[in-house]
Amino acid sequence: MATATQSELLPGAFVPLPFRVAERRQDTVDTWTLTLEPEGEGLGVEPGQFVMVHVWGIGEVPISVSGPPDRPGDPIVLTVRAVGAVSGAICGSEPGSLLGLRGPCGNTWPIAEASGGDVLVVAGGIGLAPLRPVVLHALAHRADYGAVAVLYGARTPGDLLYTDQLEAWRETVAVDVTVDAADTRWKGKVGVVPKLVTTAEFRADAVTAFVCGPEVMIHFTVEALRERGVPDERIFESLERDMRCGIGLCGHCQLGPTLVCRDGPVYSQAEIGALMEVREL
Amino acid sequence: MPQQQLDELLGRLPFFTGMSEDELELIAGCGRNVHFEEGETILRQGDPADTFYVIRHGSVAVGNFVPPRGDVVIEAIHDGEVLGWSWLFPPYRSHFDARALSHVRATQFDGACLRGKCAEDPTFGVHVVTRFAEVLMERLQWTHLRLLDLYGNGHSV
Repeated sequence: MATATQSELLPGAFVPLPFRVAERRQDTVDTWTLTLEPEGEGLGVEPGQFVMVHVWGIGEVPISVSGPPDRPGDPIVLTVRAVGAVSGAICGSEPGSLLGLRGPCGNTWPIAEASGGDVLVVAGGIGLAPLRPVVLHALAHRADYGAVAVLYGARTPGDLLYTDQLEAWRETVAVDVTVDAADTRWKGKVGVVPKLVTTAEFRADAVTAFVCGPEVMIHFTVEALRERGVPDERIFESLERDMRCGIGLCGHCQLGPTLVCRDGPVYSQAEIGALMEVREL
Repeated sequence: MPQQQLDELLGRLPFFTGMSEDELELIAGCGRNVHFEEGETILRQGDPADTFYVIRHGSVAVGNFVPPRGDVVIEAIHDGEVLGWSWLFPPYRSHFDARALSHVRATQFDGACLRGKCAEDPTFGVHVVTRFAEVLMERLQWTHLRLLDLYGNGHSV
């Protein structure tokens, strides 16, 4: 797991670089996936990292990349849920329009370090977006890993992301999907995603778990993983905090001694678990 | 299926793991194997609850009819899991609908028969009720998690 230093972040750290919306696809009623092409050099973002997406005249939000690793100059893929003014404006950006991106920010998923063992991806809601590059990497390097399983939960069938891709992934790796509520047209599982951990097939002593979603979902998923005997050192989670500068200067995303935008957003449970249990920091 | 084969079958299901051969024999005496086609109703809300099932293969949607929303699925039951506990408690009426989501193979148990054996042998009764209590507790815990809205997002930027 690498942590980018401030000097490594320059020059894209402070000034948004222009990216043009090449493609926009609606995933759910409130979520869109955008493919952004750099007008210049681009950023070179790795899985797990995020970028600060700037909508001129409105504001800026942190968004994790949901596409494969890119070299500078490659397009960047972002999946965004419209929950406020900035994210709503990003989702509403028509192909051809310009957005500003700063970054890359934060550290990366330790997917390469997981090679030789099993991989368990556990995602809740839009948390599948930052984990999609992990799945794509595992698919592209399938022989490097043992059992690979994707466990995914959402509120309703209509809230599931990448439904066509989930079906395609099923041909190569185990994919288990559950929803909180459904009508009778849904033929799959109904329940919470930590429950899927209890029956997933993996070797507890040889698995690396990658978890992303709202913190309450992460909390109970970690509990389920621990009950299965997965050590804290092999449980990695991506935290979402109130990130503003994205480069460890403003302190908005401070969590005890760590700044999530600079030292995270990816942490092992061994690193962050005790801090997450503190009622008041 | 002969009762001896049913005993052996039940012994391989997680719900019955750890039960003695005598206890499995008692339970098997109240059971028979059944199957349901996809879409077939297994339990109906309000009907007498005189049976429960252990699903050996397939999936079952458990839910309620909620006007005006129609049929709402509360939970899905899969291989190895237990369906139905209303047979344990008065007034012995089903609280939910249950419908096969796929072809389902299950073992059906006569609730009145099993209640009778539990009354005759209180130690056996405690073992049976304890297992159902574990299932109830586990499902209550998963339901609590759903009340927490695991996928909710407090951010609004």
